[in-house]
Amino acid sequence: MERVDYNDSIVKGFVIWSLVWGAVTVLLGVIISFQLVMPELNFGPYLTYGRLRPIHTNAGIFGWGIGSFFAALYYIVQRLSRRRVWSDGLARFQLWFFNATIIAAAVTLLLGFNTSKEYHEMEWPVDLMIVILWVIFSVNAFMTIWKRREETMYISLWYTLAALVGVAVLFLVNAGAVPVSLFKSYSIYAGTNDANVQWWYGHNAVAMVLTVPPLAVFYYFLPKAANTPIYSHRLSIIAFWSLLFMYLWTGAHHLLWTPVPDWVETLAMAFSIMLIAPSWGVVFNGYLTMNGQWHQMRDNYLIKFFIAAITFYGLQTLQGPLQAVRTFSAFIHYTNWVPGHIHMGTMGWVSMVMFGAIYYMYEKMYGREVYSIKMANMHFWLVFIGQTLFSVSLWIAGVQEGIMWKAVGADGSLTFTFMDTLISIMPYFWIRSLGGLVYLAGVLLFFYNIYKTARPGAAVAQTA
Amino acid sequence: MWEKRPVLLLLLATAAILVGTIVTMVLPFFWVNTEADAIAEVTPYTALENEGRDIYVREGCNNCHSQLIRPLAPDVKRYGPYSRSGEFAYDRPFLWGSRRGGPDLARIGNKYSDEWHYRHMVDPRSMVPETNMPEYSWLNDAKVDAAFAVRKMDVLGFPYTQGDITALEGKTEMDAMVAYLQKLGTDLPRTGKAADKAKGLRKAEENPLGGDPAAIAEGKDVYAGNCAGCHGADRGGNIGPELAPGDFEDDELFDTIADGLPDDGMPGFSRLGRDRIWKLVAFLQAE
Ligand code: HEC
Ligand code: HEC
Ligand code: HEM
Ligand code: HEM
Repeated sequence: MERVDYNDSIVKGFVIWSLVWGAVTVLLGVIISFQLVMPELNFGPYLTYGRLRPIHTNAGIFGWGIGSFFAALYYIVQRLSRRRVWSDGLARFQLWFFNATIIAAAVTLLLGFNTSKEYHEMEWPVDLMIVILWVIFSVNAFMTIWKRREETMYISLWYTLAALVGVAVLFLVNAGAVPVSLFKSYSIYAGTNDANVQWWYGHNAVAMVLTVPPLAVFYYFLPKAANTPIYSHRLSIIAFWSLLFMYLWTGAHHLLWTPVPDWVETLAMAFSIMLIAPSWGVVFNGYLTMNGQWHQMRDNYLIKFFIAAITFYGLQTLQGPLQAVRTFSAFIHYTNWVPGHIHMGTMGWVSMVMFGAIYYMYEKMYGREVYSIKMANMHFWLVFIGQTLFSVSLWIAGVQEGIMWKAVGADGSLTFTFMDTLISIMPYFWIRSLGGLVYLAGVLLFFYNIYKTARPGAAVAQTA
Repeated sequence: MWEKRPVLLLLLATAAILVGTIVTMVLPFFWVNTEADAIAEVTPYTALENEGRDIYVREGCNNCHSQLIRPLAPDVKRYGPYSRSGEFAYDRPFLWGSRRGGPDLARIGNKYSDEWHYRHMVDPRSMVPETNMPEYSWLNDAKVDAAFAVRKMDVLGFPYTQGDITALEGKTEMDAMVAYLQKLGTDLPRTGKAADKAKGLRKAEENPLGGDPAAIAEGKDVYAGNCAGCHGADRGGNIGPELAPGDFEDDELFDTIADGLPDDGMPGFSRLGRDRIWKLVAFLQAE
């Protein structure tokens, strides 16, 4: 087979920088979790919970999430197209511009230049940078695929192409704002409309950023690592198109019981439940790929990461639809249940699948085994336990809040004050912080392992 | 076939995501912020309130506080009448929030006195010992930028007078924040049940305005606007009892008015603020 000279240095560049931003994310996550139990850890004006939380979420989604997706997608797109990336120069520029954008985002958010819209807090100049960044990536990825040497595009490329348009449409529409100055703008939508547009964006950021690209990664790396073909091509076609079609209807499940028109909420609820099908289509496809290969769960540390990730994804996509049901939403919306859900998705699904992919890519790009499999296994268990402590404690806290907020006495008056409830969930906040520390330890171990894998000697085999 | 044609795949994917987008994101514009859901009483923010709102956004208060009361019994009992679409017509951006790390603030306006807010913002634990809300004392040090505020009002298209703008001179960010909080949810007429607000409010045993004829006259007006319905225009009693002078001590009266007697149909009036309640007390004790 003809050897292709892939551009791996761009992959490594994005891996390293995404790890830097991943460390910032997890560290800030731990810090803000402690601020909730020890308010004296707020140091105004800059280091308060209200300013740090958006940096945590955006560093997580854009820095760690998108940064590591760039790495994996550059790896995958080149290999599935059997050619080097279309433009090395553009890719290199993209890496630096990516870091410039994330730094600009972090600094402006710290200074309080903030639009308040979740996962879109950055003010318009940073928005512009993100748009440029995305266009650069899209052009390079698309041109590589366009000039591919393999006629049929594998599943991962479908997901990649879908993410390119999906993110572009969502981000641009939600960014609509009139600037007053360089760092202040007002949304062009008002009130209930603004809310509906924002959560059409917000939920589909979950779709187009935290679901579609990691699925591209999963579809590529699970069969590679397990060394078996994906179970069903047909199932992946159905799951792909139905996922794309259905996700966009569901934004209003973040706005149940609000003044958003009832029919919009009802559609969101119905489509959220229907989303179980395409989501579990992928989960089954992953599980069935492992048919006869389950012993690899023991022998192959990579498989552990991928199977745990897709299992978290499966649980996430059952829990999500449940939360989208009006009666259940009435109970858990606004409570700590929701951060429990979020972090099973981010710390469990997205991060786990990316950990596995990064190990795999490093082994291949450096042409040697990972520095320490034992350490990789420890990494797995630490993040697994950390994540579980985090989510389970917050689900319990969320249920407790739900119960206490609605408790009424015989005279119809509320039994508990807001503070009664807050004080009662403090122990769970402590457990969450502990889970965060355990997770952080796992992540540090991962960094060390990756560093050691890359370090000794010069590059051995640049191709795989 | 689309598996071999990237452009076709892009077009099909775009079409797939546009269907749900058009139905659930574009179409609702024909339902929302129209004449059907407009509320005449809802007014735009004043320049000072708008400054406060921008500070609220800057500090990320929305990460802990929602501003949306759902039509659910526990929400309505705790926070007041449920939120309606028209109430948010001037909100850019919307600030409904997605977490309640702190109480909902959609109707916080008039729930407490300004004084309560100033103290609470500087040191939340001085008012609520176990709260985990951060301190915002530095808002007292920063002044609002009047020139910039005008530009913002222009972009938003909110009405203002020259007087509003001159009034901004010398105002701190804290003043703006409190003005904003006190506006929230007050556009709609409201009678709410209150609970034990008097302690934070009263601060004296004896009425500082007792016997003051100007205060008595104003108290009479407040009475006419707020109490006459239940206690009779001549204070002779209606569904509420007769209110004769000398039945109570000043401080008892104050507490009853501020806290109300929720179990007995007497609403709390802490939202009137300390000054006006003392005036009421002066009026009720006179003659
Ligand atoms: C870390 C979460 C957190 C942040 C951030 C936060 N708060 Fe709070 N807030 C609370 C909690 C908890 C309470 C309830 C206890 C109390 O009154 O302090 C509260 C109470 C309040 C109250 C009184 C509500 C009532 O009905 O009694 C107001 C007003 C308020 N906050 C305003 C603000 C403003 C304005 C900001 C931003 C500058 C802010 N908060 C930021 C947690 C927070
Ligand atoms: C919605 C009707 C209503 C309104 C409005 C109202 N009250 Fe009352 N008020 C009552 C009722 C009913 C009682 C009797 C409570 C009881 O039986 O203990 C009462 C009791 C009182 C008392 C205690 C009297 C006593 O004998 O115990 C005072 C003082 C009082 N009201 C003052 C006021 C003032 C001042 C206002 C206007 C700010 C006002 N009320 C507005 C219904 C009302
Ligand atoms: C040790 C790991 C982590 C800790 C301790 C942590 C902690 C936190 C805390 C305390 C919050 C605020 C929750 C609240 O609103 O009450 C939060 C929110 C959030 N975090 Fe993390 N986090 C961690 C890892 C991550 C990672 C890796 C990601 C993303 C890739 C992430 C994404 C988010 C998002 C999207 C939110 C917003 C939640 C919302 O909108 O309600 N977190 N995190
Ligand atoms: C079928 C799939 C899913 C459905 C139907 C779904 C549903 C929901 C619902 C209803 C909420 C709102 C909860 C509330 O505030 O009351 C929510 C929040 C959230 N979900 Fe999911 N979810 C799904 C999958 C995922 C996945 C895979 C992730 C990946 C990380 C994810 C991340 C999030 C995040 C970050 C939020 C927080 C938004 C906020 O700030 O309020 N979800 N989800």
